Amino acid sequence: MLARLWALVIKEFLALLRDKKSRFVLIGPPLIQLLVFGYAATFDLNHIPYAVYNQDSGFASRELLGRFQGSPAFQQVATITHNAQIAPLINNQNALLVLQIGPNFTRDLLLHHPVSVQVIIDGRNSNTATLALNYVNSVILSFDTHWAATHHWGKPPAQLVVRSWFNPNLLSRWFIVPGIVALLTLVVTLLVTGLSVAREREQGTFDQLLVTPLNPLEILLGKALPGFIIGALEGVFIILAGIFWFQVPFIGSILALALGMALFLLAAIGIGLMISSLAVTQQQGLLGVFLFLVPAIILSGFATPIANMPELVQDLTYINPMRYFLVIVRGVFLEGDGFHELWSQYWPLALIALGSMTAAAWLFRHRMQ
Amino acid sequence: MKLQRLRGLIRKEFIQIWRDPSAIAIAFFMPVFLLFLFGYGVSLDARHVPVAVVVDQPSAETSTFIGGLQQSTYFTPQVYGSIQAARRAVMARRADGILWLRGDFSRQVLQGDTTSIGVFVNGKDANNARILQGYLQGVWQGWLQQRATIAGAALVIPVTGQDRIWFNPALRSRDYLVPGLIAVIMTLIGALLTALVVAREWERGTMEALMASPVTMGEILLGKLIPYFFLGMGGMLLSVALAVWLFAVPLVGSFWILLLCSSLFLLAALGMGLLISSAAHNQFVAGQIAIIVTFLPAFILSGFIFDIQSMPTALQLLTHIVAARYFVTILQTLFLAGDVWPVILWNSLALALMATFFLGVTLRRSRKRLD
Amino acid sequence: MTDTPLRFSQVSKSFARGKDRVQALINLDLHLSPGSITGLLGPDGAGKTTLMRLATGLLIPDSGTISVLGADTRRQATRVQAAIGYMPQRFGLYEDLTVQENLDLYADLQGLTPVAAASRQRELLKLTALGPFGARRAGALSGGMKQKLGVACALLRAPQLLLLDEPTVGVDPIARRELWEIIQGLKEQGVTVLMSTAYFDEAERCDEIILLHQGKLLQKDSPAAFHQPLNGRCFLVTQAAVSKRHLRETLQHRAGVQDARILAEGVRVLCRDTRPHAVAGENWQVAAPAFEDAFVDLLGAPEDPDTEIIPGPPPAALPTDREAETTVVEVRDLCKFYGKFEAVKGNTFTVRKSEIFGLLGANGAGKTTTFRMLCGLLPASSGTLRIAGVDMRHATAQARGRIGYVAQKFALYGNLRADQNLAFFSAAYGLRGKARQTRLDWARREFQLADYRDVNVDDLPLGIKQRLALACALLHEPPILFLDEPTSGVDPLARREFWQRINALAEGGVTVLITTHFMDEAEYCDQLVLMSLGEVLAQGSPQEIREQAKDAAHPEPSMEEAFIHLIQEHESQTRRAS
Repeated sequence: MLARLWALVIKEFLALLRDKKSRFVLIGPPLIQLLVFGYAATFDLNHIPYAVYNQDSGFASRELLGRFQGSPAFQQVATITHNAQIAPLINNQNALLVLQIGPNFTRDLLLHHPVSVQVIIDGRNSNTATLALNYVNSVILSFDTHWAATHHWGKPPAQLVVRSWFNPNLLSRWFIVPGIVALLTLVVTLLVTGLSVAREREQGTFDQLLVTPLNPLEILLGKALPGFIIGALEGVFIILAGIFWFQVPFIGSILALALGMALFLLAAIGIGLMISSLAVTQQQGLLGVFLFLVPAIILSGFATPIANMPELVQDLTYINPMRYFLVIVRGVFLEGDGFHELWSQYWPLALIALGSMTAAAWLFRHRMQ
Repeated sequence: MKLQRLRGLIRKEFIQIWRDPSAIAIAFFMPVFLLFLFGYGVSLDARHVPVAVVVDQPSAETSTFIGGLQQSTYFTPQVYGSIQAARRAVMARRADGILWLRGDFSRQVLQGDTTSIGVFVNGKDANNARILQGYLQGVWQGWLQQRATIAGAALVIPVTGQDRIWFNPALRSRDYLVPGLIAVIMTLIGALLTALVVAREWERGTMEALMASPVTMGEILLGKLIPYFFLGMGGMLLSVALAVWLFAVPLVGSFWILLLCSSLFLLAALGMGLLISSAAHNQFVAGQIAIIVTFLPAFILSGFIFDIQSMPTALQLLTHIVAARYFVTILQTLFLAGDVWPVILWNSLALALMATFFLGVTLRRSRKRLD
Repeated sequence: MTDTPLRFSQVSKSFARGKDRVQALINLDLHLSPGSITGLLGPDGAGKTTLMRLATGLLIPDSGTISVLGADTRRQATRVQAAIGYMPQRFGLYEDLTVQENLDLYADLQGLTPVAAASRQRELLKLTALGPFGARRAGALSGGMKQKLGVACALLRAPQLLLLDEPTVGVDPIARRELWEIIQGLKEQGVTVLMSTAYFDEAERCDEIILLHQGKLLQKDSPAAFHQPLNGRCFLVTQAAVSKRHLRETLQHRAGVQDARILAEGVRVLCRDTRPHAVAGENWQVAAPAFEDAFVDLLGAPEDPDTEIIPGPPPAALPTDREAETTVVEVRDLCKFYGKFEAVKGNTFTVRKSEIFGLLGANGAGKTTTFRMLCGLLPASSGTLRIAGVDMRHATAQARGRIGYVAQKFALYGNLRADQNLAFFSAAYGLRGKARQTRLDWARREFQLADYRDVNVDDLPLGIKQRLALACALLHEPPILFLDEPTSGVDPLARREFWQRINALAEGGVTVLITTHFMDEAEYCDQLVLMSLGEVLAQGSPQEIREQAKDAAHPEPSMEEAFIHLIQEHESQTRRAS
């Protein structure tokens, strides 16, 4: 039994790795995705292009604007002198925002009159706009503190000081890169297992397998093991790339991550084999993988929080294995989680793995008509 | 060029599209599927975020502040007895942040001590954390203002920012995601589906039979281009209709300009699809290449979700050869800002150049030869 | 020179394969006579398809010139393509278009006016008897109908030169006969036809034969000219009380005998000289040479493999002691439904030990479905199936180890090396250690695979693939062997070699079940089942089946004639019944 299984696994590996196309599918896209996601998928803003419309000639406005100029998050692209110039700048996306300072800014401030600064912002990309406004407000806030202290404004109101745990500088990359571990492990595992039976069906070798003394369970295991090994290798590679190349801190328990990854791989393999036993051609297999993958990624919390989704959709995410593994991998990377904290993620994953493997085995037996 | 031959090819293509379930799936099912997924599933707008609140010494001050939190749609405050319990809640992912009002909260507020009102957010999801911070500051400022008004004293803040958000005042993320999605959907039909169907003709040997007849290569290419152009425009119209009527995204700009720009983009996408299939005569390979060089960039490098200006310089340069980048800009502008001519003209010019380039190269590369 | 429809002058063509260049055609010179039918023959990889594609202008020669109807393919490809009709090997039909839609498309592509198109299509539909199927999708047609439609599409514009690449592959005898009638009719209209084929009887009917080998022209002549040098070297040998199969084995190994093959009447022998090499008891008669003899003579008969006979009972000399033979396969009232479609209609037959049992019929006759049910790959809708007393559907691993199976199109792992395939299947059948090594060595030696050990299966010629598939199925020394269309698409020489092996296996006591659509292969079988549309038309020994088809017109029917006769009889019966 073991010798036969071993032969199956060897055969499966050879079939995957000797073929230029499938070797490329296993190595090319994951690498490209790692680089593109690692670098491009960021919500952090820097060099926010802004324009200044300063009608004030006093020192206070210069001091405020100096704070913007000194901040790496902002980059001044224009200085304008009248109102009509605002619209073209924003419309043509030359500047994301325009700071407009009124004519009596310095005088009012020296007279201890509160003043306001107009922030005109392009809302086309709402996320960018929200974040840029936050940045603007924090610059103004720090100006206020300083001004109040140096110009005897009396007691300024207390301030809310926000500290962030686990990611003190709020770097998107720390959030995205561990997510890629889950994303690419899922993609690769599904591609390996989802097309494997269909490929044999197309070549006609599946019949040949079935007439050998191998039993369906052995064949299923022979298909599952390569997916597990390749998925795990690819996962470990991305984890290492995340730690050493992208410099994401890893403070949790390696074993807790390993357990989570094993369960996640089993769940993904089960789903891959389900698609595989249903698909007659590789084309159908690919379409099936694609149709599962896109919602699985979007509804996993990979890029956008699950909490923001409508409740019905949130309920749907409970059957998505990636949802749980994302929590595990980010928890272990950033929050230093161990087995204890992740228990609530392990058991649903295990349940999904069990369910999908059973379904795959059942489909496998019943699709031999 | 003979019209009769072209007509025959186009008719054949339409019959095939109609009878092929995977073409129907990619052309009609996928757009609806993606629109629903993104329209309903993806949102960057935080709502009802659970925040653990720890109050050491309840007072009038603390209760009005928590009241302020409760009124905001952004937060769902949950009161915990101790900071340890609150920390556990964060670790167990029951709360995204902690607001710790210490024993001397009221005194601090009165004194204006700058460093003491402690708020901790889980910074794991940096974007979400940043948005949370902004919302919290907003609630805090609002509460201070309210308190000052009640006390009959003006709030002493030297400078406040006064936001004027153009084009999407409510900052609904759906309003910018859904228009951008149209670029992804048209890439799917224009590049992926076209690459697949041409590769299928090679695989099944029908291309060989076609080529041995008197048709010219130009006719064969046009025979593919025209049907899939209409299919792609159909996908576009379907998406626009869903965006406007189902997801209530405003279409501020002119529909006709949208139609025009879409056809330019579609020509570029079709050019890419045809070029891919002239290089890969196998559906599997053609599909892989199409996903990597057209679909993925349309998703990630087009500014559809992630801001191009925040990417490293090398990647920013790379986005200039992604056709979807120009189209996403046009789409977001047309839908939310209106007919901003400089944006539309420059980006359309880029699209026209890319369409010419890809279609030109395809035409040059295509020979009636099998080797 | 415009008098010849097709002229190749010093044409060479090579292709890149990986790092190497493969020379497909080398300095080829040939021309066709107007209004003739020319057959293109040669083993796999001889360059037949390359020649066809060069003639259409879809490939451009590396050197030399090709002129088609006076136009140069390199410079005037459009003129060439407007004047010829071409049917590629894989028909090039749109499977999701109906018959009518396919014809309409090609009518448009050929620029026929609607009126002309309509009348020409009517003519062609009548000619091909596809009229009733106008609204059916091309993908749902039988193999023969697809080929006829392919020809019809190529004929829409009444071309002066018609190029057909293996138009009769996988087609049943009736459709093959109909296709030939169409081609003959074209000849009468002055069309020049060039067709490649794997059938020798088709070659005989051509006006001229081009024999290609390894990219070179071996000979181009009329069939009679091919026969001429062989006069007196062909014999028909019979021997009472010895099975033809056994006789063939004996003759093949005799000095001076170049080739021996089984025919209906006896064993046909091609000698190296004009002297019979008879042994007492054998009856040698001089026979007229056929093209097949010339083919073997020119290309060399394959080496008779060193058939190391698999241990088993001594060969049964005569099929008289049938009582002693045990039943190995038993099939009773076997039915298979796919939805409402009845693919196999209540068939019954039995196979005895060390018999070669053939299932004959065209594509779609239900042979493969029957096979898959026998091997337990498909559940039967009703009826009983027993292989060595076991229903394979519920068989244990051990029972499955008793059968060997070669699937259609030689299901092997294409991107694995030949050796890796052998290694995998030996392990899958549970062979280990020394026993495994012995069998692997045996397979490499016996099937002459040593040269191909490190070649990817996808890059192997079909004949070698067939050997490898057979080797994989025999590694575990199964007493029962299932072969599903093992000779389809394989060139004539490889087919002969294959049958020699099968004979040897049966002599060694292995029971062989085989499906084929080559009627001439029926003679190698001990027992036959003739199938059509899921039904058994006739069963028995080849002799018995031919007897059934005897009538005034065909006093000595060939198996092909018998098949056509039985099908037509069957059809008229069902028509009467309904």
